[in-house]
Amino acid sequence: MVTSITSLGRSGLSDWMLQRVAAAVMTAYVIFITAYLMVNPDLSYEQWRGLHSSLPMRMFSLMTILSIAAHAWIGMWCVFTDYVTVRLIGPKATIVRIFFQLSMITITLLYVVWAIDILWGM
Amino acid sequence: MLTVSIYRYNPEADDQPYMQDFEFDAQGRDVMVLDVLEKLKASDPTLVYRRSCREGVCGSDGMNISGKNGLACITPLSQAVKNNKLVIRPLPGMPVIRDLVIDMGQFYAQYEKIQPYLVNNTPAPAIERLQSPEERAKLDGLYECILCACCSTACPSFWWNPDKFIGPSGLLQAYRFLADTRDTSTEERLAKLDDPFSVFRCHGIMNCVQVCPKGLNPTRAIGHIRNMLIRSAT
Amino acid sequence: MKTMSFDAVIVGGGGSGMRAALQLAQSGYKTAVITKVFPTRSHTVSAQGGITCAIASDDPDDQWQWHMYDTIKGSDFIGDQEAIEYMCATGPEAVFELEHMGLPFSRCENGRIYQRPFGGQSKDFGRGGQAARTCAAADRTGHALLHTLYQGNLKNNTVFLNEWFAVDLVKNEDNAVVGVVAIDIETGEEVFVKSKATVFATGGAGRIYASTTNAHICTGDGIGMALRAGFPVQDIEMWQFHPTGIAGAGTLVTEGCRGEGGYLINKSGERFMERYAPNAKDLAGRDVVARSMVLEILEGRGCGENGDHVYLKLDHLGEETLNAKLPGILELSRTFAHADPVVEPIPVVPTCHYMMGGIPTNVNGQAITIDSEGNDQVIAGFYACGEAACVSVHGANRLGGNSLLDLVVFGRASGMFIEKTLREGVDLRDPRESDIAAAMHGLNRLNSSTGGEQASVLRAELQTIMQNYFGVFRRGDYMKDGIAKLNALKHRIDNVALDDKTNAFNTARIEVLELHNLYAVAEATAVSAEARTESRGAHAREDFQERDDVNWLCHSVFYPDDKRVGKRDVNFTLKTREPFAPAIRTY
Repeated sequence: MVTSITSLGRSGLSDWMLQRVAAAVMTAYVIFITAYLMVNPDLSYEQWRGLHSSLPMRMFSLMTILSIAAHAWIGMWCVFTDYVTVRLIGPKATIVRIFFQLSMITITLLYVVWAIDILWGM
Repeated sequence: MLTVSIYRYNPEADDQPYMQDFEFDAQGRDVMVLDVLEKLKASDPTLVYRRSCREGVCGSDGMNISGKNGLACITPLSQAVKNNKLVIRPLPGMPVIRDLVIDMGQFYAQYEKIQPYLVNNTPAPAIERLQSPEERAKLDGLYECILCACCSTACPSFWWNPDKFIGPSGLLQAYRFLADTRDTSTEERLAKLDDPFSVFRCHGIMNCVQVCPKGLNPTRAIGHIRNMLIRSAT
Repeated sequence: MKTMSFDAVIVGGGGSGMRAALQLAQSGYKTAVITKVFPTRSHTVSAQGGITCAIASDDPDDQWQWHMYDTIKGSDFIGDQEAIEYMCATGPEAVFELEHMGLPFSRCENGRIYQRPFGGQSKDFGRGGQAARTCAAADRTGHALLHTLYQGNLKNNTVFLNEWFAVDLVKNEDNAVVGVVAIDIETGEEVFVKSKATVFATGGAGRIYASTTNAHICTGDGIGMALRAGFPVQDIEMWQFHPTGIAGAGTLVTEGCRGEGGYLINKSGERFMERYAPNAKDLAGRDVVARSMVLEILEGRGCGENGDHVYLKLDHLGEETLNAKLPGILELSRTFAHADPVVEPIPVVPTCHYMMGGIPTNVNGQAITIDSEGNDQVIAGFYACGEAACVSVHGANRLGGNSLLDLVVFGRASGMFIEKTLREGVDLRDPRESDIAAAMHGLNRLNSSTGGEQASVLRAELQTIMQNYFGVFRRGDYMKDGIAKLNALKHRIDNVALDDKTNAFNTARIEVLELHNLYAVAEATAVSAEARTESRGAHAREDFQERDDVNWLCHSVFYPDDKRVGKRDVNFTLKTREPFAPAIRTY
């Protein structure tokens, strides 16, 4: 059993599951928005704003934002633990990796807060 | 005349590894790569590689042959020669001891980690434990692994994390014991695999399937393990 | 020189070595296995057909006594009956243990272990027709068995000295064995591995012949070491030629092919074994089938352009059966014979396969020498099991499937006896500096050598001599020529070149050491074969075509010091019944 404090779900299975669920949500969102744009070719600002001010749509967007955050967290963590390792770049790797991971986590959380602000601040 | 380009490195003599070219005359015969190495070693005894059974069952002579991992003894020249050239390197991603011999310690350590032995704490019967042909058939495609390391050393996830990711070979064996109806420690085995590295570093690249000289499918076994983890966790 | 100490050290990581190690490790003794290849690369891995044992799965009425009868008859009556009785009676227990350890045997519908017919097997002491007594894991039984034993040893924390090469035995001043000197191949470091019990499980030496089913590593290292230490070897002239090695490549095709219904044909498509063995046909003893094949070839009925092989026909069994029962054979034949057995026959030829002789031992694995009065003397501290040993359960001819049983039964028996010995306390004197130096002599000489001929050239010559003069059929005058040629080769091998004196993974050094061992085995084989003036089992002489029970119903014993061949009585004592008297052997 290999443990890791910076992976999101703490277990391989939950990380893996989260990524699959997140991917499904993101796919659904992309399909929905694409379809919406195709059905409404002459989309006006009011109509677009109207769509996004309904509670279900806000929830859907929020879910997608959270999915992107989770997906990125897990995915980037994987990338860092693949490439930024003692094996590949020497003893300084741990510090560098922690820096990258904390930066990535911070930025991701900032995006989430900002997105909530946009969605509910309209 | 065939040009055989071989990776050479002797830690006592060379600062750096290098590729050495040999000329080889196969006399039109489609011999195996190991036959070529044996002939070359007869003229240059310093050339070093592992070999034993020379029939593809012991797993000693895994090497990278013209870019693809395989067993030298069952890879014929017709499959390996490109543009009249044969390029032989050690299996990638592992420390080289000398020439084509790699240090397989990390590979074996991962194998040992999965507890590669049957666990059954119920009292043994006076005869064998019974198993139906169907139950036994679940082990086909798993128990045949020869630990040659062709798969694990072709796996990028194993290159990056050979100390944490068990790798295709070890996972194939992990599933061999999970699938055995005579084994009673399924829960304990699964619990040891449920971390972000051991199993889940497999990203389905499938190099393992492409190179396995025994035609086994570690990716499928890993999928089965994942399904078992899901079933046991939900 | 670095010294490591163990309760028991086993040289050889194949089936018998790992079975012995497992026994000792399970009971907590500090046990090391010295093996020149990673254990699962040992030659046991190549065993295909199965392990013969009366577990009464195929036939619920099967008896181990019938198996005993077959084995004694198969040995042409120079197998030791006490040892054969022990093996056949203990076999089921040893096989069930393997199954409990996880060996993935093939299964019957009722869930029991699948058994297939093999050559020389009968029911009811030869009166009840063909038996099916060979327990199989498809056609990969050796692989499954070896991996299972390695796994068992991992579970029990055996110390593995992987890729270490044992060079020579170390004897103390009492002529007792107290360990070996060995080389760690990876670093070149030389180590004295000291032990209260030294077990040789070093396997066979098929590489003394040019054409062999044996792996490159089968170089008779244990036999070479024992002979250099002055210990005798027994029945070493008895070499089994397996009927079905793939022509040209030498790769083994299991007897299980014929057990499942395959048969041999000559160039006119005739199933010729019907002529030589009307009852057992293709499932006669291996020596009988191999000789019949050679006669077909010599009489011009061989197949192929040069008429130098015969065919093994399997296609009539159907693709489904072949895939289920013989998947490994399909693979091997397609790779090495370029023949797909599903549609065409496999070109096969008798190929050197197994060394029936070896270090003489008793059923406890204790190595034996013979004193000046002709009495057996146990060599203190020294044990042998598996192919390297001659216990002797195979006599002049081994039955298919009996080698794997020999491995596990006598690996286990050695382990159990050493356990008992260690419990009671072992008191061997430490070796003197000069004793260790004596064991280092050959290696030191090699390391300071200059010039000489290449090992590969000398090895090829040795193999050609053995193939030409000591093959399936033997003749006195030819063998004398062969011995003269070996003698001429001796001096050249003593001065073999080792230009590369580096330490890291120097396989050139190992190959030279192996060459010395090959020569020792070859010489013992040649001298013993010339001395045995009869035909028995695998030893077939054109100038002495009959079995000679008056003079040769005995073991041959080769003494290395004066290169003399002596005789040793065959054991004719059974615990459970009257012994089997020698009878004419027909199939």
